[in-house]
Amino acid sequence: MSNTLPVHLTVNGHPREGHCEPRKLLVDFLREDLGLTGTHVGCEHGICGACTVLVNGEAARSCLMLAVQADGAELMTVEGLATAGRLHPLQEAFREHHALQCGFCTPGMLLTALDLLRTNPRPTEEEIRHGLSAVLCRCTGYQGIVAAVAAAAPALDRPR
Amino acid sequence: MKPARFDYHAPASVDEAIALLARYGGEAKLLAGGQSLVPLLNFRLSRPAALVDLNRAAGLAYIHEAAGHVRIGAMTRQRAIEFSPVVRRRLPLLAEATTLVGHLPIRSRGTIGGSLAHADPSAEYPTALTALGGQVVVRGPRGERTLAAGELFHGYLTTTLAADEMLVEVRLPAMPDGAGFAFEEFSRRHGDFAIVGIAAIVVGDRGRCASARLVTAGAGPVPVRLRAAEEILEREGLSDAAVEAAARRAAELVDPPSDIHASTDYRRNLTRVLTGRALRRAIMRLNTLSPAPGERAG
Repeated sequence: MSNTLPVHLTVNGHPREGHCEPRKLLVDFLREDLGLTGTHVGCEHGICGACTVLVNGEAARSCLMLAVQADGAELMTVEGLATAGRLHPLQEAFREHHALQCGFCTPGMLLTALDLLRTNPRPTEEEIRHGLSAVLCRCTGYQGIVAAVAAAAPALDRPR
Repeated sequence: MKPARFDYHAPASVDEAIALLARYGGEAKLLAGGQSLVPLLNFRLSRPAALVDLNRAAGLAYIHEAAGHVRIGAMTRQRAIEFSPVVRRRLPLLAEATTLVGHLPIRSRGTIGGSLAHADPSAEYPTALTALGGQVVVRGPRGERTLAAGELFHGYLTTTLAADEMLVEVRLPAMPDGAGFAFEEFSRRHGDFAIVGIAAIVVGDRGRCASARLVTAGAGPVPVRLRAAEEILEREGLSDAAVEAAARRAAELVDPPSDIHASTDYRRNLTRVLTGRALRRAIMRLNTLSPAPGERAG
């Protein structure tokens, strides 16, 4: 049996491919094989949420998926949020509301928040807090992040 | 690389998956949603010779309603269960329990079959399966068999499935119209495993209790049905005093473990407190309509 398998997938709208061992985690494949280092590796067991990406439109931990499982999938990473040099409304809101300090959790926060707002376009503050409890932040105390997601909700709810 | 080396197979069918399990003679692990197994692989606490990935196997993800039952395919994602109108209407306890499983990004991948086969006694689905009186369908080289919850869970993280058997479907009787229900749990952070959880279902009218179901999570090596506490309600009704008596009885019926998360005494006390909370919330919901879409667990 060959040691590596081919992986073909779409990342942020672009077809990408690579070869890796089946035991390689999706987050390591993104960072090491595709050079997309925006997705961060934190706890590596699904607790911290820093590695959260969208898989076929749904937020998922990329440290709990094998890269070969993403063969044929459509992924969105933090690199795919900004378009044509313009920050995504969520990113704008994070900047506006001081929703990051060290920035380590930010990619996971942004993609978790995007999934939350697509699932529940007008969340209450409590629902935002429940949703964001999927990602750990050690700097901000979460207040700025909650405020940013609340502020971005109306912008995302408009048809774009 | 975090996980140790393994052979990787992604069979297209259940039959192929079972043949692979038989071929590896207990050295292969089934990979469903991976939300419990992959952490174990990353820490190398689990080092199987092979992974049999079910994510490409056809016909395992569905929610079908028929003749007073709901059938859910083993690879149905928790996220699909959470947002299923059939589950909200027929199995509102399962819908509520699902919102307590990890976080939404975990539920995007996690499956009902994987959670039940993993048999973590603190998890929500083993408790929900027990409370709802559900069954699982298991397939192996010798054919298919159907197990009730009590026949499936053997001990801590252990089921009665043979190494070459696979859980393929979950069958749940629809809850009676107007049944009151609640899934209460306590954890230190939202989304963590419950230190103790209680599922409650009550059927009744004007203070009378036709039937009650009370099942624990995290209070023993497998979900514990609190039959003697249920009987208090069925005998004495749904008054505050009866609820208090049932909650006290519940605490006497469990023999919870002591670990770094909580002591035996603390878990026993939580069993009493959460049984009371679950019953009061279930009684409040009695004979009201099924929860509207979008209603969240409190």
